[in-house]
Amino acid sequence: MGIFTFGAATLLLFSFAIGPDSVALRQHAGGFLWLALLLASTLSLAESFEREMEEQALEGLLLLPASARALYYGKAIANWIQLALLGSALVPIMVVLYDAGTLRVGKLVGVILLGTAGLSAPGTLYASMTAQARARQTLLPLLLFPLVVPVLLAAVKATSLLILGDPMDQLRPWSMLLGAFAVIHWALGGLLFGRVVED
Amino acid sequence: MIAVSAAGLYRRYGRRWALVDVGFEVPEGELVMITGRNGSGKSTLLRVLATAIRADRGTVRILGVDVRRERERARRGLALLGHRTHLYEPLTALENLAVAARFLGGDPGRKGLLARLEEVGLADRGDDAVQTFSAGMRQRLALARVLQQNARVVLLDEPYGHLDPSGFALVDRLLRRLRGQGATVLMATHLLLRGRALCERGLVLEAGRLVFAGATADMPEPAGADGAGFAEGA
Repeated sequence: MGIFTFGAATLLLFSFAIGPDSVALRQHAGGFLWLALLLASTLSLAESFEREMEEQALEGLLLLPASARALYYGKAIANWIQLALLGSALVPIMVVLYDAGTLRVGKLVGVILLGTAGLSAPGTLYASMTAQARARQTLLPLLLFPLVVPVLLAAVKATSLLILGDPMDQLRPWSMLLGAFAVIHWALGGLLFGRVVED
Repeated sequence: MIAVSAAGLYRRYGRRWALVDVGFEVPEGELVMITGRNGSGKSTLLRVLATAIRADRGTVRILGVDVRRERERARRGLALLGHRTHLYEPLTALENLAVAARFLGGDPGRKGLLARLEEVGLADRGDDAVQTFSAGMRQRLALARVLQQNARVVLLDEPYGHLDPSGFALVDRLLRRLRGQGATVLMATHLLLRGRALCERGLVLEAGRLVFAGATADMPEPAGADGAGFAEGA
């Protein structure tokens, strides 16, 4: 609930920044939706390993022994579901605030699923790296944001095409790009997680 | 068979060496106490043996398995009770054991897990969240989780820590039981009399160096040790 409130408040503040120009609001709706999602994601991702670090529960699981890769994918899937639900919940707020609806709801959900997959995989990996850092709320965005810029650009473009119309049929290539980034991030995350969390 | 073998172990934190050229062998089925002053490297040694941290140099073999090459395989024969309990604070005692049971491929059923809690005197607190537990109760639950692993090599770092007199007796019983089951136990402790009574062999560390390895009867007291400083509990 906390991250939803944060995301909704971010969308509201962005709409104030644009002002009452309904055309400009519609044009920027996709970008602001993803920025709100990205900012809110850093809050939820930063907390995703909090429980594991309190009494070194993650180390305990690794010593059982549990597969580091299985632990990573479990966490990443949980984060993905959380972010996808958050993204879907923010869409009605965007529609109301930015007058930016679309009838292609199924495709919008697909873009949100692909985009949040591209955020959650590297986000989970970096969250595990920064979980024990004192300034993890600051460190995580510093590490994560540069890495997810391509995901953000593709997600914004695909969402804007759904809201503003897609006369050149560009949605498919942007969605494929999002899917490719998601596959790369998920594969790399599974490979690297063990090295990140093991001494 | 040699259960635990360490050779030329070095480990440092920053500039400070926590382990310097530590080497020893422990035959299967032996109980070994590790002692030494605070900061002498006992916990670091146990964590290196448990594969929780890597040695900077040297080799460790657990039941013949090189931990550097086959970490996951070595872990299947190991259990560690560390300073941190490895427990999930918001989960109940039963849920914590159920999580471990699922990863171990064991029975996560309530009845079996309650029996495990009974062993450590926590059966009546099974449905309470760990965050409501005292330090001694957490230690008991951590011990239950270690027992759950049925490991052939058990590494215990201050197993008597935070426990009341009945807890001391519990640990004594568990150690005897592990010995009866043929498990190899390495236990770091400051309780010299207790350790000598329970363990055949002892290791003494000083500033990261192994200064004694042999029968506990011949073991020297660590520098600074006296009766008052090493209370034995009830």
